Amino acid sequence: MAYNFKETMNRPERLAPGHRMCAGCGGTIAVRNVLRALHEGDRAVIGNATGCLEVSTFTYPYVAYEDSYIHNAFENAGATMAGVEGAYNALKRAGKLPADQNTKFITFGGDGGTYDIGFQSLSGAMERNHDMVYVCYDNGAYMNTGIQRSSATPMFADTTTTPAGTQSNGKPQNRKDLATIIAAHDVPYVAQTTFQPNFKDLHTKAEKAIYTPGAAFLNIMAPCPRGWRYETQDIMEICRLGVETCYWPLFEVVEGKWILNYQPKNKLPIEDWLVKQGRFKHLFKKGNEYLIEAFQKEVDRRWEDLLKRCN
Amino acid sequence: MARRDRLSGNEAVAEALRQIDPDVMPAFPITPSTEIPQYFSKFCANGQVHTEFIPVESEHSAMSAAIGAESAGARTVSATSSAGMAYMWEELYLASANRLPLVLALVNRALSGPININCDHSDSMGARDAGWIQIYAETNQEAYDNMVMAYRIAEAEGVHLPVMVCQDGFITSHAVQNILLMEDKEVKEFVGEYNPEHSLLDPNGVMSVGPYSITNYYMEARRAQAEALHNAKAVVKAVGEEFGRLTGRSYGWFEEYCMEDAEYAIVLIGSAAGTAKDAVDKLRAEGKKVGLIKIRMFRPFPGAEIAEALKNVKAVGLMDRTESFNDCAGPIGAEVSSALFRARHMCETINYVYGLGGRDVRVEDIEKVFEDLFDAAENGTADYYRYLGVRE
Repeated sequence: MAYNFKETMNRPERLAPGHRMCAGCGGTIAVRNVLRALHEGDRAVIGNATGCLEVSTFTYPYVAYEDSYIHNAFENAGATMAGVEGAYNALKRAGKLPADQNTKFITFGGDGGTYDIGFQSLSGAMERNHDMVYVCYDNGAYMNTGIQRSSATPMFADTTTTPAGTQSNGKPQNRKDLATIIAAHDVPYVAQTTFQPNFKDLHTKAEKAIYTPGAAFLNIMAPCPRGWRYETQDIMEICRLGVETCYWPLFEVVEGKWILNYQPKNKLPIEDWLVKQGRFKHLFKKGNEYLIEAFQKEVDRRWEDLLKRCN
Repeated sequence: MARRDRLSGNEAVAEALRQIDPDVMPAFPITPSTEIPQYFSKFCANGQVHTEFIPVESEHSAMSAAIGAESAGARTVSATSSAGMAYMWEELYLASANRLPLVLALVNRALSGPININCDHSDSMGARDAGWIQIYAETNQEAYDNMVMAYRIAEAEGVHLPVMVCQDGFITSHAVQNILLMEDKEVKEFVGEYNPEHSLLDPNGVMSVGPYSITNYYMEARRAQAEALHNAKAVVKAVGEEFGRLTGRSYGWFEEYCMEDAEYAIVLIGSAAGTAKDAVDKLRAEGKKVGLIKIRMFRPFPGAEIAEALKNVKAVGLMDRTESFNDCAGPIGAEVSSALFRARHMCETINYVYGLGGRDVRVEDIEKVFEDLFDAAENGTADYYRYLGVRE
């Protein structure tokens, strides 16, 4: 069925309002839009690594999810959901669940719980090919504990454990390319996306991820106003620029085949994306032009790499 | 009709699990518990069970997946030892706090370092305050029986807590002993069906597991959990008695051996009780009034009852197969001493650390303990925390 923006956005919310996430947070936008891809009548068990999303959406005795939900710990969202999916298979086999019950397994983790501390658990769950979707809402730092660097943090970002100072330009290393690493697990579906004006890219990918049998991984750039230091209303523009500068390309890996979903007509310079964010403010000081050049070089290298894979 | 067989402790536990046919088993190999998931995988491969076996990439993931599966309403089991349990640490607390009646077959092994694959109780004793029910075995038969009883205890109303079924690495896990097995049907009937009131997969509702809970709720949750552990005490006894009516092998919180008129006693856990019983028999033949208490259920701790059983002794040896690194007492030493004090029974106590890393404990070693106790009863002792069988 063709994507219909209005129809999609009017679907009932499966993440109820009233939770405690910040205004302008990308995490909840990611969750709401992934869950919109569930077909009517299908049930879901939502998983969650410890992080902002968990502590703000399931604060006892309130819960914001309309579906069943499980949070276990920080580093084990993959393994926890693997156990839930295993239970579903066994209980179905034993005839203890209705034959027509159709339950989907979707787990969310921030980049800390996904790229770093939960990496092994995620890798195991993906390699075993459980019928589940792991969604990383990547805001590029440990935001819940107060903006510490992660392996998803972009080069030169000013975080509380990589502060820019007289002897430091922020985080010295490049970010880990997790979508590529998960693709190397040879799972049936991997995609990278973010919020684009009509949400078609995210919606389509979420639906494919949920309804592809076996393990699927979605990496969603989900800006954090506290950590990235932007005005809350700028989130959509930042995401658009992330794609137009090729910092955050939109692609899928379907059964091992790499597909580029969007190629900007005019690739914008990376400054356009960096300048919107307070965490890169020091790059714009006089004399630091070389840092922006280095950042641009890295974006270009990765973009060229991706184009090769997709050809 | 019971079946006679000869099985190792690991085979016996795997056999009990085949008969129970749990829904999910996430597991990761570690010596000496590896054989349990290994034998069980064979049952899965041959269609003898309906279990979903999840060959996870670590013990942390084994317990994480077990928590997911049990929350989803599946009867779940895992197995581990030593470092594997240490790696599960955080998750042990979550399993009990989430009130999940899953079962862990623990084959006791020393914690590193130095790395050592042999038996002591440092793994499970380290986890003694993790909110789990802990049951220990002396023999392969007891390991089998305890596994058959485990879900009845874990899933009981008012309990809903995980159970650790412990046995001694290599000493029982790998040594082959004669054993009486129940019929499959008998086990299935005894264990019963698992139909949790709520689960993530409940076709008629939803459930949320693992909330963030701030100061105004956390303490009540802990209190409720403590109460559940308290409730487990009566259930362990009732299930042990019911099992006895069925098989002729009845179980309580601890076993008293020659305690009726004992003036000197030792208290210990696990396979060393077999050796110690031989020592008791030998000394009894010499007319010495000695006895033994073998703790079966360490959590919840039946302190008042143990103190009552010791009320007529002049001196007691408290035997810990672990070093607690607190310069005063091991777990059995501390807890039994505390229970004796509460009962205002001021006998002499000597706390021994023995059998670490698989160090053999012989009949003569236990005889030496009793000799120490005879002396302490007569002359008192300032040396209340000692090592047994160590080169100093």
